[in-house]
Amino acid sequence: MTVQFGNPDRPNSYIGKTVPRPNARRLVEGRGKYVDDILLPRMVHVVFVRCPFAHARINGIDISGAKSVKGLVRVFTGAELAEVCTPWVAVLAHLKGLKSPPQHPMAIDRACWVGEPVVAVVATSRAAAEDAAGLIEVDYDPLPVVGDMMTALDKDTPVLHPEMGDNLAFQRLHEEGNVDSAFASAHKVVSARFRTARHTGVTLEPRSILVDWNPAERQLTAWHATQAPHMMQSVLATHLEVPESRVRVICGDVGGSYGIKVHVYPDEMATAAIAKIMGRPVKFIADRLESFSTDIHARDHEIEARIAVDEAGNILAFDIDDWTAIGAYSVYPRTSAIEGNQVVNLCGGPYDFANYRAKTTVVFQNKTPTCQYRAVGHPIAVAITEGLVDMAAAELGMDPVEIRRRNMYADDSYPVTSPAKMRFEGLSHHQSMDKLMQLMDYDALRVDQAEARSRGVHRGIGIASFIELTNPSPFMYGIGGARISAQDGCTVRMDPDGSIVALSGVTEQGQGTEAMLSQIVAEGVGVPPSNVRVITGDTQVTPYGGGTWASRGAGIGGEAALLSARALRDSILEIAAAMLQADQVSLDIRDGAVVDNDTGAARMPLEELGRIVYFRGDTLPEGLPRELVQTRHYITSEYPFAFTNGVQASYLEVDTETGVVTLLKHWCVEDCGRIINPQLVDEQIRGGIVQGLGGALFEEIHYDEDGQLLNGSMADYLVPMAAEMPDMVIGHVETPTKESTLGAKGAGEAGTAGAPAAVMNAINDALRPLGAQVTEMPFTPERILRALGAIED
Amino acid sequence: MKASAGGYARANDLGHAIEMLGSADGMGRVLAGGQSLVAAMNMRLTTGDLLVDISRISALSGITEDAASLRIGALTSHAEIGTDPLVRTYAPLLRDAVACIAHAAIRNRGTIGGALAHADPAAEFPACVLALDATIHVTGRDGKRAIPADDFFHEVFETALQPDEILTAITLPKAERDERQTLQEVTRRSGDYALAGLCLVRRRAGHRVSLLSVGSRPVLARHAMAHLDAGDIDGAVAALRAEIDPPSDTQASAGYRRHIAGVLLRRAMADLTGEKT
Repeated sequence: MTVQFGNPDRPNSYIGKTVPRPNARRLVEGRGKYVDDILLPRMVHVVFVRCPFAHARINGIDISGAKSVKGLVRVFTGAELAEVCTPWVAVLAHLKGLKSPPQHPMAIDRACWVGEPVVAVVATSRAAAEDAAGLIEVDYDPLPVVGDMMTALDKDTPVLHPEMGDNLAFQRLHEEGNVDSAFASAHKVVSARFRTARHTGVTLEPRSILVDWNPAERQLTAWHATQAPHMMQSVLATHLEVPESRVRVICGDVGGSYGIKVHVYPDEMATAAIAKIMGRPVKFIADRLESFSTDIHARDHEIEARIAVDEAGNILAFDIDDWTAIGAYSVYPRTSAIEGNQVVNLCGGPYDFANYRAKTTVVFQNKTPTCQYRAVGHPIAVAITEGLVDMAAAELGMDPVEIRRRNMYADDSYPVTSPAKMRFEGLSHHQSMDKLMQLMDYDALRVDQAEARSRGVHRGIGIASFIELTNPSPFMYGIGGARISAQDGCTVRMDPDGSIVALSGVTEQGQGTEAMLSQIVAEGVGVPPSNVRVITGDTQVTPYGGGTWASRGAGIGGEAALLSARALRDSILEIAAAMLQADQVSLDIRDGAVVDNDTGAARMPLEELGRIVYFRGDTLPEGLPRELVQTRHYITSEYPFAFTNGVQASYLEVDTETGVVTLLKHWCVEDCGRIINPQLVDEQIRGGIVQGLGGALFEEIHYDEDGQLLNGSMADYLVPMAAEMPDMVIGHVETPTKESTLGAKGAGEAGTAGAPAAVMNAINDALRPLGAQVTEMPFTPERILRALGAIED
Repeated sequence: MKASAGGYARANDLGHAIEMLGSADGMGRVLAGGQSLVAAMNMRLTTGDLLVDISRISALSGITEDAASLRIGALTSHAEIGTDPLVRTYAPLLRDAVACIAHAAIRNRGTIGGALAHADPAAEFPACVLALDATIHVTGRDGKRAIPADDFFHEVFETALQPDEILTAITLPKAERDERQTLQEVTRRSGDYALAGLCLVRRRAGHRVSLLSVGSRPVLARHAMAHLDAGDIDGAVAALRAEIDPPSDTQASAGYRRHIAGVLLRRAMADLTGEKT
């Protein structure tokens, strides 16, 4: 059962080709069905009164003013919901020392960030619920605020959760080799302080959930914009004390997730608890303002880092001291220690060096909780690593490409284990760099840069190599005790008309999962992709799986789909062989028909086989298996993660009078193993780059000293827009993973991982002759002018 | 959030609109293009407004000229101003401004009267009419008033308009044959409110410089204008930086804005003279 991937002329060669997305037309025509499109009989809407203080004691709640509002149904406090929903604690056993206090669906005595839900107001319409919410009076006593990350552990800083003892959530130190002696004897040591700004993943569709409790069936049904339906099934069952088998999570169309929709949110748990209490459907749709104060934030890091190199530019050591503040709680169930942990795991990733020290310190503060957002930790680690490598090259007078070529793992050095103890099965740093040089015509670009410089125009070229963690095994969450599935399954069946239905545990967030699955199943069985219907996102229907996160859809879900499709092909051919009195190995399925393997001559359309099996089974031999349905599950086992690699480049222009950066062009060459759909992969890369560029130039959540959120709207929080985006050239090297038949690794986060570092290095390349350097993201016009010393006060 | 309006009525004509505003007990709000008002309502920054929809009053729309001046009806959309041949000839600053205002959908619905009456100090049109020395025409129960642009803008979102008055049109002197007008601004993204913006008009009577996003209202930089009239650009830049008191916010500090105002003035002068800075 092998697929001849190397032969583009093989029959049913859909893997590796751009085929139309089955759901594109529906979405483009506005016929998608998102949670907010679902209307149920007796449905009510819930709105939350949220704490306006970063830290406050709740003395009392007066709802009397709201009672007269027409349409008001009921009001709930945190104490009432705590009676039906048990609290959660977001720790994982393998993140040693991680601590976090129990968290409830709504604040009870004390609220810990601006936006924490305090009162739930249920009404017959969202507008009526808002009217009532505006009339509820909460008596708060503001408490001391822990705002600043770097002083959170100081003796005179108040302890946010006294029962935790201090404000330290997690700390990890990793050491390999002899770092101190490497620095002591190095030819050059370069140090820098980096900062990545707190930002968030802005989804087109806000967080949405609609929950119904049917007391007659004792079943909870949640229509939920989520990445992980089975995880949510387990969470809802556990905390609402319903058997897991009595919780159904349905995930229809989702308007983007980016990691934002893979977490447990207090207001969503409150919605489920309210539905269970009221015995009727309750809908919660976050509006844009509350998205900014309640969707998870990410990337709030400050890092002191240094690199040691010898005279030839060989990297001797990295020393990283990373700090991050995660808000008031570690986020359930994946925890908020993963991002800092990833920084420790990923720094220095592309390079073959010996001495490594990395430490992350994760602290609590009175802000919105942070957690995993697209490319978790990668943009931070890549910015630190690639920033230092560029600075070292400048110090040595080396070309930034040359220093990378000197230090990247050789393409024939795999398998190899990095100083961070990451195991690489097979990467292609040098091939990727060669391809990048060719795509961008590096030498010509340097000529253009010099020519522009002679006219007083400051352009810069920035390079950023990176690794990306994909296809996670249970080593990511499962071993820590979380009920988060790393395996995934697919059921493929043939219906009487010869059409194929595939049910998968991975989910569609708008990124094209269903297109990817349809072409794998089409090739695996031997039918056109248009004859495959893919069903995802329903815990009562699909095989158990993990959903969408950590770039696992194609590598894990795709492999399960291929295995089940090939198994169904065998089942079909076994029956076909009996019907045609032929040897099974002499038959194949091509374009929806059983054919002669050697000649390709048509023997029987699948719909004829379907007719006989389903309606005239009496004509088949008695002992012949009749299962035109097969299920296979897949899990990686050789490696904890399938790492991918790539390299990005940015070309840009800095207006040194205003500080404005204009992106001229961007390149990315990456290696995600087997490419299933080139267009979808390219657009994943482009979309990822755009989010990385957002972090580099635009996106920053601002709080004042009192923990007040200052920019909670799309007017004040700047997401990258089309007009500012450069042309992007995407190239690929394919090093399939040998762990699976399909050989696919993830592609969802590569763009975001490398783009900020490429931009930072390009800006600094432009500024270097002027003696300026920036390392604090986003690189706003003001930060650039201040680096240039142009602003007086 | 969902908007919470107090009521809505469509006015048949100007008199009808003024009558409704006058009887709204201070809660009346004129709805024209709705590009600022509706967004504010949708965030419940304003609730209970009695909306008086003037968008169908055709007499308030359109651009006409007489011998010395241009008249732009309050309901004229940004998009219309951006493509109008009279504007291109006699008030090119407004055409340049349109290219900087938000995005196409907003330019199609937003109106110049709405932008001026809203008086956002970060918006382009208020600074433009100040630089152009325009006159703002309003009508209320007590009749018509003509208010010089310099007297019209009071504070953030506050103008000389009385609660029962409607901004009906602006008039501005036609650009002289050798008059030059330019608008320079710095934005984080195209279409965003400017971090700072500057309008420069050079006509026989002298230079006029106005700024947006550097104060609680559009600012006429009189000291800088005097230095420019004297041919002293360096002095004008220094005077400009001294006479503005810009705000700090999440996008930029006062220091950045003050600095950039000077950069924009040099760029504007270079644009007028065709020289590179």
